[in-house]
Amino acid sequence: MDHQQEEKVQLFGMWASPYVYKVKWALSIKGMEYEYVEEDLGNKSGQLLEHNPVHKKVPVLVYNGRPVAESDVIVQFIDDVWKGQGGRILPEDPHERAMARFWARFVPDKLSPPIWKWFTTAGGEEQEAAREAAVEHLRVLEAELNLGSNEFFGGDSVGLVDLSLGALAYVIPMYEEIIGARLITEEMFPSLYAWMGRFLAAPPVKDHLPPMEELKLRFRAIREYFLKNA
Amino acid sequence: MAGEKNVGLVLLDFWVSPFGQRCRIALAEKGLPYEYVEENIMAVKSDRLLRSNPVYKHIPVLLHDGRTITESLIILQHLDQVFPDTRPLLPADPYERAHARFWADYVDKKVYGSGSKMYTEPQMQTNIEMVDILKTLERELGEKEFFGGEHGFGFVDVALIPFTAWFESFDRYSFKKKSFDRYWGVKVAEVAPKLVSWAARCQERESVSNSLYSPEKVYDFAGMMRKDFGIE
Repeated sequence: MDHQQEEKVQLFGMWASPYVYKVKWALSIKGMEYEYVEEDLGNKSGQLLEHNPVHKKVPVLVYNGRPVAESDVIVQFIDDVWKGQGGRILPEDPHERAMARFWARFVPDKLSPPIWKWFTTAGGEEQEAAREAAVEHLRVLEAELNLGSNEFFGGDSVGLVDLSLGALAYVIPMYEEIIGARLITEEMFPSLYAWMGRFLAAPPVKDHLPPMEELKLRFRAIREYFLKNA
Repeated sequence: MAGEKNVGLVLLDFWVSPFGQRCRIALAEKGLPYEYVEENIMAVKSDRLLRSNPVYKHIPVLLHDGRTITESLIILQHLDQVFPDTRPLLPADPYERAHARFWADYVDKKVYGSGSKMYTEPQMQTNIEMVDILKTLERELGEKEFFGGEHGFGFVDVALIPFTAWFESFDRYSFKKKSFDRYWGVKVAEVAPKLVSWAARCQERESVSNSLYSPEKVYDFAGMMRKDFGIE
């Protein structure tokens, strides 16, 4: 790719979306500058609908006028386009790469749904069942993802798996505070717990986090809404 | 097979799985020899399967020199990477790759997501969804010979083609329930004619025709699954 020619990068996002942050962190890993466009999801812009007519969602990355949608697809695109620039997002080794992709899917497919269910369900049997399902999947992560002496799942820097798990590092503690119960304790998940702190302090992440107080208010309102409309 | 280099590939699969079929097609497109192992996932899962895919315990699983790769789209990308001298499924250009990954993801989320409701939902509601999905794919295909466009038969084509055997089932199951005869069934040929032509073109490729099963066999299988789920 000829990087001498000017590159125009735009990111359409929404301040509370964890998928948008995943893309922001990826751009940060590559040291790329971009224009950020905040979307009101209740009143989506013509541009967004034009760039993502299939799903009509954020994030959408527009690279030299060409849109890329779906956060996992965007992150891999970022790694492809700026190969050799900034940090590596996907591992070099083919098998490690396949494993990274596998764990990247595990988060939205298996882990996030019960966590969301736990957060949006009133206390009782149903909520407890969701919590247990979440814990079961967290146990799988804790056991299968061997950090070893590495700081991150990507090695000594943030990679695809870290990015995929990423938002949980601030979302889970927030949910725990709002509900008044723990999901991840240091005793139960020593590896994950330690990783969470390191992730939030990592260079591509620490200056690119959502406004926490606003987010907490938003999550409280969401929980109230679900409990009321159960 | 005499004269063929053993590249150490084993595929754990189940005959009717569209995800397994994706892998078979990809391996055939690339001319890669492999050992095929049928796992009867409807019965007790083998130790080998459970050991190689402890997280999801499902097929397909590719074993390559003893290491495991799971999830069909991940397997396809892995094959592209480790066998760069074979016909690539993904294009070289980053934007085109992203485009292909987006649409393959769409197939997984929407075609599989909606199609599998056929097992558990007797009503036509899912057909309305399916019509929308088919129309979207029709638009994306447009006048292209394959979803891969200039690249030719590629990643998205391989991702989608196994599900076409199920089109027949969508069609026939739509009309099955008499109580819903006021709803229209999903006649794919009417909703997405370009897609039907595309499917026929894909079937002409040996890699595809050797890997897929007749719509009749799939229909029988779907019927059995619906019985299992108590729909009929």
